[in-house]
Amino acid sequence: MGYIIKGEKHDWELVIGLEVHAQVISKAKLFSGSSTDFGGGPNTQVSFIDAGMPGMLPVLNGHAVEQAVKTGLGLKAKINRRSVFARKNYFYADMPQGYQISQYDQPIVGEGTLVLDMPDGSTREIGIERLHLEQDAGKSIHDLHPHKSYIDLNRSGIPLMEIVSKPDIRTPEEVGIYLKKLRSILRYLGTCDGNMEEGSMRCDANVSVRPVGSTELRTRCEIKNVNSVRFVMQAIEYEARRQVDCYESGGTVDQETRLYDSHKGETRSMRSKEFAHDYRYFPDPDLLPIEFDEAFVARLRDALPELPDDKLTRFIKDFGLTAYDAGVLVAEKESAVYFEEVAKGRDPKLAANWVITNLFGVLNKRGIEIGDSPVSAKDLGRLIELISDNTISSRMAKEVFEAMVETGKAPDAIVEERGMKQITDTGAIDAAVDKIIAENADKVAQYKSGKVQMLGWFVGQVMKATQGKANPAMCSDALKKKLDA
Amino acid sequence: MTQLTSFTIAEAREKLAKKEFTALELTDAHLAAMERAKDLNAFITMTGDLARERARESDKRLAAGHGGALEGIPLGIKDLFCTEGVLTTAASHILDGFKPRYESTVSQKLRDAGSVMLGKLNLDEFAMGSANITSYYGPVKNPWKAKGRNVELVPGGSSGGSASSVAAHLVMGATGTDTGGSIRQPAAFCGIVGVKPTYGRCSRWGVVAFASSLDQAGPMTRTVRDAAIMLRAMSGYDPKDSTSAQLEVPDFEAALAKGVKGLRIGIPKEYRPAGLSPELAALWDKGVEWLKAAGATPVEISLPHTKSALPTYYIVAPAEASSNLARYDGVRFGLRVEGKSLDDMYAKTRAAGFGAEVRRRIMIGTYVLSAGYYDAYYLKAQKVRALINQDFTDAFEKVDAILTPTAPTPAFGIGEKSDDPIAMYLNDVFTVPASLAGIPGASVPAGLSADGLPLGLQVLTRRWDEETLFRVCQVLEDAAQFPLLPAV
Amino acid sequence: MSLDKATVRRIATLSRIEVADADLEVVAGQLSGILNWIEQLKEVDTTNVAPMTGGTDLKLQWRPDVVNDGDKMEQVLANAPDGHDGFFGVPKVVE
Ligand SMILES: [Mg+2]
Ligand SMILES: [Zn+2]
Repeated sequence: MGYIIKGEKHDWELVIGLEVHAQVISKAKLFSGSSTDFGGGPNTQVSFIDAGMPGMLPVLNGHAVEQAVKTGLGLKAKINRRSVFARKNYFYADMPQGYQISQYDQPIVGEGTLVLDMPDGSTREIGIERLHLEQDAGKSIHDLHPHKSYIDLNRSGIPLMEIVSKPDIRTPEEVGIYLKKLRSILRYLGTCDGNMEEGSMRCDANVSVRPVGSTELRTRCEIKNVNSVRFVMQAIEYEARRQVDCYESGGTVDQETRLYDSHKGETRSMRSKEFAHDYRYFPDPDLLPIEFDEAFVARLRDALPELPDDKLTRFIKDFGLTAYDAGVLVAEKESAVYFEEVAKGRDPKLAANWVITNLFGVLNKRGIEIGDSPVSAKDLGRLIELISDNTISSRMAKEVFEAMVETGKAPDAIVEERGMKQITDTGAIDAAVDKIIAENADKVAQYKSGKVQMLGWFVGQVMKATQGKANPAMCSDALKKKLDA
Repeated sequence: MTQLTSFTIAEAREKLAKKEFTALELTDAHLAAMERAKDLNAFITMTGDLARERARESDKRLAAGHGGALEGIPLGIKDLFCTEGVLTTAASHILDGFKPRYESTVSQKLRDAGSVMLGKLNLDEFAMGSANITSYYGPVKNPWKAKGRNVELVPGGSSGGSASSVAAHLVMGATGTDTGGSIRQPAAFCGIVGVKPTYGRCSRWGVVAFASSLDQAGPMTRTVRDAAIMLRAMSGYDPKDSTSAQLEVPDFEAALAKGVKGLRIGIPKEYRPAGLSPELAALWDKGVEWLKAAGATPVEISLPHTKSALPTYYIVAPAEASSNLARYDGVRFGLRVEGKSLDDMYAKTRAAGFGAEVRRRIMIGTYVLSAGYYDAYYLKAQKVRALINQDFTDAFEKVDAILTPTAPTPAFGIGEKSDDPIAMYLNDVFTVPASLAGIPGASVPAGLSADGLPLGLQVLTRRWDEETLFRVCQVLEDAAQFPLLPAV
Repeated sequence: MSLDKATVRRIATLSRIEVADADLEVVAGQLSGILNWIEQLKEVDTTNVAPMTGGTDLKLQWRPDVVNDGDKMEQVLANAPDGHDGFFGVPKVVE
């Protein structure tokens, strides 16, 4: 029980359910053949169907069905082999039909589970209530004209999966972990790119509070469309405080939709109560039920990629990684794929260390994704080989890595160019050792008198003499042999 | 030239092929007739220039010997079908100036078959009505008049312009749409043939929607054969309509000659309510006799939920309509009445753009779907609809076709019944059950009332069995010897 | 079922159809008349009856994920009462 809001009268806890709208990765829209590409000119990706012209009819994109079922399987959820599209009726400027085609009491995916990996290494299960398919609305642009809004229907009809959690979430931190985990699963599955900034993943949060110890569900407020994980967490913190203050001052909380203002850091009521919603859902008579057989589901199940939870387990088991390292590596599918390529046939722990510490360090500093990494997995893997076979020392490896980042060159080329190859030739090392011993009789005497820690100094001198290229372990062995003789 | 408007489609097809006249001559004759009969108000838009242009193209194809199934045949298109570049109104003020940039699948198919569109036909606003008196463009008149009375009669609805223009020989055939009887009832009122095929036979793509689970396009013609020819051209799978059937379209015309020998014809006892006029009851009996004489066996059947069909329809259809008509909001096409805010603009546009009956049905539909009422009204209606469907399924275990009257009365005067919605709704009492079940139905003119007005008999068959439908209709037509021209 | 004026106003608002206050009474009367007539359905026993939701028992066909539509801004906007620069214009929406 991590998150408690102190009130005058009670300690309060948060009850949160999330509704995530995830844009299905598809070429064409849910019910028409227009493109789903991001960023086209206004109303250029609009068919007569998307524009709600008279007599137009929806025809279902089968790929969207597959994507929804895949996602349901990824959430270990019940797949409903018969589901129904319903019309959600309301008027809105950017909703041309006057209704949204969605699913209501018979969604394509039923109950499932999402496992949260908590920072302390524990896990927590959050229930998934349902996943349904629906179409997106268009976009209203308010700042192009002093007293008009402009409507662009490019998004109208884009396929969305609405993924609804049970009210199992208790802290803003869990919200963040939930969203990141969900995004990770969707990306692994290839069903949604999870880009919150471009709007391909949007989150509504249903928030209520209750006194600690109580099991009631109080009136909830829905916070709409917050476009980053951080803002969702902030909005919830604000909203929770607001509701607690409301109750504590003897007031009640109205069920309503609220908007988060990220500039002011507060939520505010969104729609006037005059138009109390009554969506008048009913089965869409233009569409028959979605039906498929078990073989269809089995085919998708068989083709499912390894998902983060399974990958994590395998990384720990097969590679001997710590749960923490494995967790970091599997969080993004691209990282996991990169790591596996680096680790393949090499020392996995060393590989994990290099990917997490060195590579991620560079990516973070530059603010780029692993897909844009200046160092390829192949090159980093080769660097690890060079370390493992003593071609270069770990210290030199850092220098080589920096050069790889800067120049994009392969490690062998850099080692070659800069003459960084480690000296592993005993003759050369012995010569250097003899020279140092001959020039430092006083230090030799100190060593022989029992100051064995002087060995480090001698190693340092040999390294210096070889411009750092000598293999330190071999230097140390050679020195010991001569000094102890 | 007048005799050029007297042919049936089948006859004109022959004569065009034999070059007895040209498609352009045929089109011009009909355009002239339209001009003379403007008083019927059957057309919202006449497309004479376009028609002559297309007729010339038909003549070229006919000359080259590769005319389509309806090459050069002048047709009217109900103004519920979107026609590319041609005003499409649904007889509503709210579609003011709307020229779609697309062509409905059915009108495209008819065009592809070589037919020539003469214009867009009047109808009840958004196909909501049974008398063609709710059109923003004014009521349509029936070319028939009662003997000795100079009262203008309604043509029925909603495909009133279609029925009237076909009966008056302004077009050789017309498209209609039938949601609860809108092809069959006006066909009966105007003494023509009207066929509502199985739901899913004709694509709904590009047809302004009224009630999606019921709307179905069909042909309206002067003969059964013409209907068979036209329906074949209109039908077929359309990947753009999810409720369109992926089935081979039969050669309906080929079925006509097969007769009814050995068929069992169901006579539903529930279609003989106390108030049924004696002349209709007598005509119905006559129809049974004709079929019997042709070798069919009449069987008394029961369709126990018949009584509930009309109230069921008046929940289902307005509910779907309330949602289908939400897109008429003044933003992307048609009428806009400015307002203080977006919602104000919506409310003003829709109040000004929709007529009283449409507004009434939208509000009823909104109400029956609204929170707290859905189960009691909409869900209940869907369950009763299932029972009505089951009635037919059970009946078709025993019989191959069902024979009933099409409408409870002949055409009535314009202005009658207009202040009582429910009296108006009762026009569809015999046609609505088949609409709810999605089965095919047709009306064939079978006789005249005592004062000389057309009366129709309705034939219903199993889903996808339009061939049997046409066989029965053909026998009735042959026996009835119905006068093809209104006695003016 | 007799509708009161407040209910009619709510339905009118949901339907986005302006009804003048002076007309509420009349509209309430008309709608109530129809609803009363519809009420007869209550007498039908529908225990254990599955609702019939559509007009057909066909199976839903799926479309392949292919882009073959759109890219027709001019046609889409051709009938707009207030089209500007590729957009549909509406009275300003404030949120
Ligand atoms: Mg939602
Ligand atoms: Zn949603």
